[in-house]
Amino acid sequence: MTVENGPAGAHPSTAALSRADVVHVARLARLDLSEDELELFTGQLASVLDYAADVAALDLTGVRPTAHPLPVVNVLRDDVVAPSLERDIVLAMAPSVEDDRFSVPRIVGEEP
Amino acid sequence: MSADGRSARRTAADIASAVAAGEESAAAVLDAHLAVIESREPDLHAFVSVLGDEARERAAAIDRSVAAGEPVGPLAGVPVALKDNLCTLGLATTCSSKILEGWRPPYDATVVRRLADAGAVIIGKTNMDEFAMGSSTENSSSGPTRNPHDTAKVPGGSSGGSAAAVAAGFAPLGLGSDTGGSIRQPAAFCGVVGMKPTYGAVSRYGLVAFASSLDQIGPFATTVADAALLLEVIGGHDPADSTSLDGPAPAARSRLGEGVDGLRVGLCAQLLTGAAPDVAARVHEAAEALAVAGARVEEVSIPEFDYGLSAYYLLAPAEASSNLARYDGVRYGLRVDAPDAAAMNRATRTAGFGAEVKRRIMLGTYALSAGYYDAYYGQAQRVRTLVVEAFARAYADHDVLLGATAPTTAFAIGSKADDPLAMYLSDLFTIPSNLAGHPAISVPFGTGDDGLPVGVQVLAPALAEPLLFAVAAALEVATPQEETVP
Amino acid sequence: MSTTLGDDWEMVIGLEVHCELLTATKLFCGCRNAFGDEPNTNVCPVCLGLPGSLPVLNTGAVERAMAIGTALGCEIRPSSFHRKNYFYPDQPKDYQISQYDEPINTGGRLELPDGSVVGITRAHLEEDTGKTLHVGEGGRIHAADHSLVDYNRAGVPLVEIVSEPEIRTAAQARAYVAELRAVLVATGASDGRMEEGSMRVDANVSVRPAGNEVMGTRCEIKNLNSLRSLTRAIEYEADRQVALLDAGGTIDQETRHWDEEAGRTSTMRSKEEANDYRYFPEPDLVPLAPGAEWIERVAAGIGPLPAERRLALAALFDGGPTPAQRDQILAVVDLGLDPLLRSATDAGVPATLALARTANEVATDTDAALRLERTSFATLLGLEANGTLSATQTKAVLAVLLERGGGDPGGIAAELGFESLSSGSLAATVADIVAAHPDEWARFVEGDKKMTGFFVGAVMKATGGNANGKAVTAELARLAAP
Ligand SMILES: [Mg+2]
Ligand SMILES: [Zn+2]
Repeated sequence: MTVENGPAGAHPSTAALSRADVVHVARLARLDLSEDELELFTGQLASVLDYAADVAALDLTGVRPTAHPLPVVNVLRDDVVAPSLERDIVLAMAPSVEDDRFSVPRIVGEEP
Repeated sequence: MSADGRSARRTAADIASAVAAGEESAAAVLDAHLAVIESREPDLHAFVSVLGDEARERAAAIDRSVAAGEPVGPLAGVPVALKDNLCTLGLATTCSSKILEGWRPPYDATVVRRLADAGAVIIGKTNMDEFAMGSSTENSSSGPTRNPHDTAKVPGGSSGGSAAAVAAGFAPLGLGSDTGGSIRQPAAFCGVVGMKPTYGAVSRYGLVAFASSLDQIGPFATTVADAALLLEVIGGHDPADSTSLDGPAPAARSRLGEGVDGLRVGLCAQLLTGAAPDVAARVHEAAEALAVAGARVEEVSIPEFDYGLSAYYLLAPAEASSNLARYDGVRYGLRVDAPDAAAMNRATRTAGFGAEVKRRIMLGTYALSAGYYDAYYGQAQRVRTLVVEAFARAYADHDVLLGATAPTTAFAIGSKADDPLAMYLSDLFTIPSNLAGHPAISVPFGTGDDGLPVGVQVLAPALAEPLLFAVAAALEVATPQEETVP
Repeated sequence: MSTTLGDDWEMVIGLEVHCELLTATKLFCGCRNAFGDEPNTNVCPVCLGLPGSLPVLNTGAVERAMAIGTALGCEIRPSSFHRKNYFYPDQPKDYQISQYDEPINTGGRLELPDGSVVGITRAHLEEDTGKTLHVGEGGRIHAADHSLVDYNRAGVPLVEIVSEPEIRTAAQARAYVAELRAVLVATGASDGRMEEGSMRVDANVSVRPAGNEVMGTRCEIKNLNSLRSLTRAIEYEADRQVALLDAGGTIDQETRHWDEEAGRTSTMRSKEEANDYRYFPEPDLVPLAPGAEWIERVAAGIGPLPAERRLALAALFDGGPTPAQRDQILAVVDLGLDPLLRSATDAGVPATLALARTANEVATDTDAALRLERTSFATLLGLEANGTLSATQTKAVLAVLLERGGGDPGGIAAELGFESLSSGSLAATVADIVAAHPDEWARFVEGDKKMTGFFVGAVMKATGGNANGKAVTAELARLAAP
């Protein structure tokens, strides 16, 4: 059996990673997991998160987060047109093309 | 080793000067290396693709330039092994993933253009852990690379193909990418020099992203000087990468001959804790060698490093989960058909990604998801701050830090395949430099009890590449025994 | 109040307006930012999200965002970019780069023509998506067989302007969007073309008992792309919510879709299905921290804003414009036609005439109007003002001018056969008629008002209706003057 959709949204507040968490995360990440994989990944991810529990448990009040190793600001380019790619090259990469556009199967569900 | 093999063992600097002077043709240099590849590649699988025809054309063009008296660049005719996560115009770039099979980028990575401008000859695209996620080069859609010193062992990873290629004499130079140690650890396992530059010193444009705030491209070589030369060629500002530092490439060779007299070297306890006794012994011998050469070696403790691995295994997967969302079957690469778009995305990603990539995508998605961001991702970012500040304190008293590159020598293929956490632990010593964005280098320094190479790691502050290479060169000189040629 | 909501209920409306910026290139790459080009021709590794590509921020987009912030009285602040993660085929990287907790503009205000003020929460930079075409069943998404994506629009710079929930009626919402559009056009940041999708509006609507301070549960209506849709959708949605509450029901917080043809909103996604966007700082970009000098330089480049321009037009009317003229002034400034109008008044054309022609004739075709040579327009109205051309003739010449984008009004009048009146012949005609009717003329000179009608009628008859009544009166007055 392939699990596609888990109970949406709701996380348990406990720290231990549950099977339902993995189902939820796989849905967000657009991955299908077999029952066996679900079992395996839940155990493996839980052990990594266990290991990371030391970090989660630290009291770091007042420590600012580092998003980036560089203390650089204002990197910009001029508003000047540069050559685009040739359409033939662009479309040749695509798995499916129609009318010079990328073709995808029907979209179920609305735009976010 | 054959005559061709000996020729293949020359340094990049030697080859480039011989080719530029017209003493030797780029074509002959290339043929010598292709011959080595032909004999050993079947056992090692260092390459995803060997670019014989393209390389021959390129070598011939360089030879024509030499004949015409045109300038040919500092790497004239030097074969380079390129990790397969660096985009090459019109040439397959797979990241060792099924999901990118058959994809030919419509552009060159900035480093690839710089190699071409320097006269280098790209000899092949090397095998890697899928999307650079791994420490053994076993997570590849085309199968594992083997360590040239012992084919039952891994070459390390994720840049194991480039490390193995340089170690085996397939090319004097290689490029890899290092997100948490992916250049230094395989360099240590394969007995070559491997270096991660300061974050922003080398453009990431055209490097297929794993974890953008940690990724950095860097050199593999058989000598410290060659690694420094390669860094000078690929480094320097690139307007196409917003995180590329202003200014020219680090003057990596500027202090090579200076020695270490009077330098303050911090032997870092946290970069030895958990290391195998033989590895730790080599690191202590390296420290002793630096002391003999005039450095002042002191032990230093940086407890914040102990949190580095946890922080890294939250931050890197988080960024990866976002970076790898684009492999959705719409614009390029694999598509597995399904009745609707979302199902097509799922089918494609499920079939296209290997287990380790899926694990990290899920781990990262979890660390970023509603309700967990602060506890995991936010907390890991704060730990990153602690690591940066701890480095700053250490560098107030020390010019460089010294430690092991990896806790052990190369391990057996398959031995850690089922235990992701054990695999992650092999990055313990390399991760702090990535978190801080600092440069670090692994230099071969003797062998372990198993006869396999041991790497010693030197760490330096941001943009201190000249110093880092000076210390590495001093270690190279002091290496306890002749380099083992696999 | 909505026409149907009654006095017991009050609407609370907050608007999110997405505005495409008028830059030469996209937000993070050098591809052309152009509407209507051949599909997938303005794309590169960056805006296609190819592996290995990296974004670099466009100065032009940042400066337009700063101009918008300045015009809305926002604080322009150090800012950064986040990734908003969600899968959708029109999103090349399957995440959108957007400003999240540190937007470039915060805390502004927009004063509407009626004097009411709407607070602006923020106005931030982000990238647009590609365009999806649904194939089969009339292009409707659910019935489509498959969809086709054009990434020309992917990566086009947007500023998203978020209002405070301070709007109270659909009419006010409409006035807010109209005024915002005029401001955006005035700053040069946007062309304000809702019909081409360069401005799109999401409306957050809730209702509460009139006088109640507590907010009701809100619904968000997505992608309203005309002022008419905006008004209708808000009114429909408010009525729907009131009916539900009146019947003892509750409102579910959800995202709703406006169906223009059916004239109703419907559920797109409930709060429980809401996406988990996993925002995190965009590691491929560094923070933006504009200095005071840069901010001032951008502010100095902004032309006069609509409110100021309306005041300037109103000042042309002695004793102030009439209510009807005020509405015309509003429309003229909204459409950006006030410089055209001013070219005529600057040339001596009376404000009343210039406003009437601009609001009534010119405004019917905004595109042509914005192309129209100002000197041609001013010259033409001068001919009408001095009686050379009648109103009917002026309108005919104006139509030709709009079609051609300009030209010589006298020449066009001649082409149209209005020549008899085009070179002082009115004065000659009047003089002939005066000479033929000495008794009537004497009474006119003595001040008999009825004689004005006699002479105007006679001139009209003589010219086959092509004379300008006012010009005839003026000529009569000139001849009678001592
Ligand atoms: Mg938005
Ligand atoms: Zn582009």
